Amino acid sequence: MTGLLRPRSIGANRQRVDGPAKVTGTAPYAYEHPVPNPAYLHPVQATIARGDITDMRTDEAVGLDGVLAVLTPFDAPRLETGQDAELEILQSPEVHFRGQLIGAVVAETPEIARQAAGLVRVSYARRDHDVSLSADRSDLYRPDEVNAGGETDTRQGDPDGAFAGAARAVDATYTTPMYHNNPMEPHTTVASWDSTGLTIYDSTQGVHTMRQVVASTFGIEESDIRVVAPYVGGGFGSKGTPHANIVLTVLAAKRMAGRPVKYALTRQQMFSFVGYRTPTIQRVRLGADEHGRLVSLSNHVVEQTSRIKEYAEQSCEPARKMYAAPNRGTSHRLAPLDVPVPSWMRAPGECPGMFAPEVAMDELAQACDLDPIELRVRNEPETDPASGLPFSSRNLVACLREGARRFGWAGRPALARSTLEGGWWVGTGVASSAYPVHQSPGSSTATVRFTADRRYEVRIGAVDIGTGAWTALTQIAADALDVPFEDVDLRIGDTGLPAAAVAGGSSGITNWGWAIVEAARAFREKFGAGPSPGDERTATQPENPHTERFAMSAYGAQFAEVRVDTDTGEVRVPRLLGVFAAGRIVNPRTARSQFVGGMTMGLSMALHEESVTDERFGFVVNHDLAEYHIAACADVRSVEAHWLDEHDPYVNPMGTKGIGEIGIVGTAAAIANAAYHATGVRVRDLPITADKFL
Amino acid sequence: MADTESEITLLVDGVRRSLAVDNRVTLLDALRDRLGVTSPKKGCDHGQCGACTVLLDGRRVTTCLTFAVACDGAEVTTSAGLATDGRLHPLHQAFLDHDGFQCGYCTPGQICSAAGLLDEAGAGWPSAVTADVRTAPALDEEEIRERMSGNLCRCGAYVNIVAAISEVAAKAEPAP
Ligand code: FES
Ligand code: FES
Repeated sequence: MTGLLRPRSIGANRQRVDGPAKVTGTAPYAYEHPVPNPAYLHPVQATIARGDITDMRTDEAVGLDGVLAVLTPFDAPRLETGQDAELEILQSPEVHFRGQLIGAVVAETPEIARQAAGLVRVSYARRDHDVSLSADRSDLYRPDEVNAGGETDTRQGDPDGAFAGAARAVDATYTTPMYHNNPMEPHTTVASWDSTGLTIYDSTQGVHTMRQVVASTFGIEESDIRVVAPYVGGGFGSKGTPHANIVLTVLAAKRMAGRPVKYALTRQQMFSFVGYRTPTIQRVRLGADEHGRLVSLSNHVVEQTSRIKEYAEQSCEPARKMYAAPNRGTSHRLAPLDVPVPSWMRAPGECPGMFAPEVAMDELAQACDLDPIELRVRNEPETDPASGLPFSSRNLVACLREGARRFGWAGRPALARSTLEGGWWVGTGVASSAYPVHQSPGSSTATVRFTADRRYEVRIGAVDIGTGAWTALTQIAADALDVPFEDVDLRIGDTGLPAAAVAGGSSGITNWGWAIVEAARAFREKFGAGPSPGDERTATQPENPHTERFAMSAYGAQFAEVRVDTDTGEVRVPRLLGVFAAGRIVNPRTARSQFVGGMTMGLSMALHEESVTDERFGFVVNHDLAEYHIAACADVRSVEAHWLDEHDPYVNPMGTKGIGEIGIVGTAAAIANAAYHATGVRVRDLPITADKFL
Repeated sequence: MADTESEITLLVDGVRRSLAVDNRVTLLDALRDRLGVTSPKKGCDHGQCGACTVLLDGRRVTTCLTFAVACDGAEVTTSAGLATDGRLHPLHQAFLDHDGFQCGYCTPGQICSAAGLLDEAGAGWPSAVTADVRTAPALDEEEIRERMSGNLCRCGAYVNIVAAISEVAAKAEPAP
């Protein structure tokens, strides 16, 4: 047991401490930090998908009044190479994907920079490119491992033989398209590099991660770099690993020797080089006995990666651990393409990888003539199917049952296409959800200091990307120190603070919170209840001895109601309801927003989102918010999130499991299942658009 | 002054500001880059997200689609300016109470848009979902969702945004 904190501030419904600054718009995001006499950067991007730059004519751009510098691969400052091909821009004339950063103009104003960038003339020696993902490519390969360190392939028993002999079976292929994270705040870097060092205001999920990467890319000491990010306008994974824009800005800052350079991406550029979720092709086979007990479960996934840097989305993870099955097979195969590098997007692996199996489970329920909830309950495992370990806690069945009660599942017609109301087919659907408890022991350090005005200053380089960390960490610190919430001043978002892990993997509270608890305990041990001003203690998040003994994950159940217009096929989702078991909830107000926000993004994924590649030219054609549709206010009706009181003493001293991503996991499957129940049309390829019903 | 520049004066959140602008500069960039007024945000620069919404002479506009040079003499109210004497506007408070945001980047635009919406509905303007355009629309949730759909929120705070605006709209309506 980790000795759970006694909750007093934890569990309280707190208004966000950063709330007033955010609603008035006075909280400074990266672009908005005042810097003296800034210059503005506009990039030059490749207009071919593969080949070499043979010439870049910059004289016209240089001649424009107000242009301060033009960078090209032929004259840019050198970087340390051989570490990360995604970041090694302007180091060679090679072009690996369309939209790649190949140059920059720095000017007195953004308008001049943009005009001048358009005046740079680039000549290329083109080579044929290939950006087409399909499951029957001959060059699919097996990566050594998948994202987050998971195994590429797994096999238990004889999945093929058991499938062949199963009384009930589902064998189908499901696809999810390419998605772009599209946080509302475009990726932004403001960099100034003078004799005192390099200062970067960045829109990032991790200031220390960013600093470390900039240091190694530019071959300088981390101690010469400061990265600041007190407020970040969303990230959803795309600001979790550094992308080439930060390198371009720092290259320009180096050239400008002391004058700050500002670069905020355009929305269009966000479709080119700051990551995206790979499309997936998933072949799922479920075999069950006549009572619906799984005898074989497999998912074989094909995804894309870029030729220059491998990223393997771990889409098989849900198939490995959701349900009991004696025979199981999973595999990931990658197509190496001339495309930008795929990367993290909210619940990588878990999100696309839950869609296919959870729709397949709905199909199996139909094949077994069973209620979809009952089917899931019958396949509840006693121990983690992937590792064989017991669960630290697992309340999936309780979530399904509580969700069914709240949603009004009882009495649902067993047959699809059986409810017609005023020109709409109406149906309901369910899907399971899960997200693992990630932790990175040793990654995060915190300092507690007693100040001259008798307050507790808590310092840690965490970042709040909208999660509510500003508030939740203050609550945790208050309980760890056993003082009122109001006595704690939290400092985050700066590499001047103790090092902290990135805001990713729903692990912020686990990593940062634990570091704060350790520091608070060390502080009290040393100074007792009556410290003197200036007293301080620093501590690092320790190893969790229980991670070897237990499988740890949060679970949830997603319910959806869907209406489909009988004439037009228009799809609406009047109701989403989720019930989650995610350990202790630190702040109900911000937690609800996390769950509901994830579910809303899941709705967006289900109905709207799809990045469409023009294979002739190799780029995403719908590269703005008019054409890449994300759910708008009118698309979203009732979205409810509830949670069970879950006590898990093994995960961390706060008893939390992480809630930033689980809300998006399973949502699209619940909606697809509800759409089937409404219409009798099984949609296996997202998004669920009107044409699929006509 | 170059003939590609113009001298303009704006009243921004109650403060008179004069500046010379490149004629290509949008009102959004004039506010953010030239005047340091960063309450309105840039999410798309193409009129597709609403993050840059302010009240321009009392009406909501996307400042990224508005040239600064066309606004000479205009009054600009940002979300920061909706707070008077350090006191939050009822919409600010409702967004805080209902947690109508997460990252906060779309929020000043949402709030300016909501302020504009309340005025428009108060003046009897119908929307695409108003059933009978001859009568003053009641601001139910469907009306609010329709009228707020120019303001995207990637954090997915819509249900809380609608609850916040509903609360303020209900208080603004005269008792029956
Ligand atoms: S920035 Fe103006 S609408 Fe998006
Ligand atoms: S609060 Fe983050 S985009 Fe709306």
